[in-house]
Amino acid sequence: MTIRPASDRSLLVSFGQEISLEAHRRVVSLSRGLGGIRGILNIHPAYSSVLVDFDPRLRGRAELEALLRELAAATGGINAIERTVEIPVRYGGEYGPDLEEVARHAGLSAERVVELHSSAEYLVYFLGFSPGFPYLGGLPAELATPRLAAPRQLVPGGSVAIGGSQTGVYPVDSPGGWRIIGRTPLRLFDAQASPPALLAMGDRVRFTPVREGAI
Amino acid sequence: MQDLGRFGWAHLGVSASGAADALALRAANLLVGNAENAAAIEMTLVGAAFEFEADAVVALAGSDFGAGAPLWAPVEIRAGQVLRCGATRSGARCYLAVRGGIAVPRTLGSASAHILTGLGGRALRAGDALPMGGQAVRRPRPPVRGAPGYSRDPVLRVTAGPQAEWFSDDLFRHAYAVAEESNRMGLRLRGPAIPSPAGHMLTEGAPLGAVQIPPDGQPIILFVEHQTTGGYPKPANVISADFWRLGQLRPRDEVRFELVDLERALDLLQRQEQWLRSI
Repeated sequence: MTIRPASDRSLLVSFGQEISLEAHRRVVSLSRGLGGIRGILNIHPAYSSVLVDFDPRLRGRAELEALLRELAAATGGINAIERTVEIPVRYGGEYGPDLEEVARHAGLSAERVVELHSSAEYLVYFLGFSPGFPYLGGLPAELATPRLAAPRQLVPGGSVAIGGSQTGVYPVDSPGGWRIIGRTPLRLFDAQASPPALLAMGDRVRFTPVREGAI
Repeated sequence: MQDLGRFGWAHLGVSASGAADALALRAANLLVGNAENAAAIEMTLVGAAFEFEADAVVALAGSDFGAGAPLWAPVEIRAGQVLRCGATRSGARCYLAVRGGIAVPRTLGSASAHILTGLGGRALRAGDALPMGGQAVRRPRPPVRGAPGYSRDPVLRVTAGPQAEWFSDDLFRHAYAVAEESNRMGLRLRGPAIPSPAGHMLTEGAPLGAVQIPPDGQPIILFVEHQTTGGYPKPANVISADFWRLGQLRPRDEVRFELVDLERALDLLQRQEQWLRSI
């Protein structure tokens, strides 16, 4: 475990350079322990690290570093809170313009791609990049598909997509280079909701095919 | 509309947003007797005309947008008066603070608009009506002394970033031009490409002011609407005391980087805070 300054107002706690359940548990445990500490402005959990933004007028760096070291050492237990969230998805057709391409690339039928994608259980490693966007682990290896050579100008919010060996859901309309295989009507982020994000770090996610109905 | 941003939500992918030149916004608020964090209007490169339906005390801080009113000072406005802010004559941003604040809705604790995602509001449009608030906390202050000037070729002080050891001193040997595509999410720079080592970095948290080097070697400085995580290496990070300079950069400005240590960075921040307290 290392802790070093990333800037004059942030510290990066790192649990190595590997994606693993062990590193993930340490990230989740440390992140939960940082709530309500005076002077901490934001935390950015990731695969095996936690970036802590602080206000240098309220908290000295050395003091905060010592506190983080203590908290990080006391982590790694079982996650007591585990939820599984089901995300309904209309696969293919107008909602999944890249489904056929993903199937072709994998040498599988579109139906088989849907079966594989929706039978896996995914782990939310963390939320980042944009509001409510989940970094999911667990995409079946056969479904890995390279990103588009040039991103689309507009990927509709709710789009379920594959990019390389990752899968995820675009929370809002945005440009994007991932392969769109379906769409969910669920809102991954709503500033008026409490909590505002549908998913949380550590959740398990399942995609459930929905046969009918407009999104 | 901007204030000092929304904090405590980065773990959900929400970056703080807030004023691009927070120093000017804070000064404008202090000058009219508002709390530092009151909502104010941020103008970028080009301003607007504002018609006041009641008497008001305002302050303009930042670049000169040709409003014909003194900057960095409280100004009395009469009901019916129109304050016209045109194009910038220096720097990139100007803030209009109104005594009592501007009563716009808050999202996740802040009035700041995150323009790129739409969280917290959109850019203002002609015809928008903004209610003046009643939240002044003290009397207006005398005009500011020692307000910053805006250079076309500033030096940005940086501390070492998390991947500093991956890089030689290339970043410090050349000037870089601010590209047109720069915005509140990031300042894109053009100049001699900075080679970064092959090899894959795990996505990790990204701080405000981080200097990232993507595969094309053209640095990007993460700014107030930045993505909360990223996978490009970061050799350096702009110091807190120079964040306001990022908010005053215009396309074609040329920046140079200067490496300082953390103690110097903190000292510069403390001096800046002292200056604000003197307002």
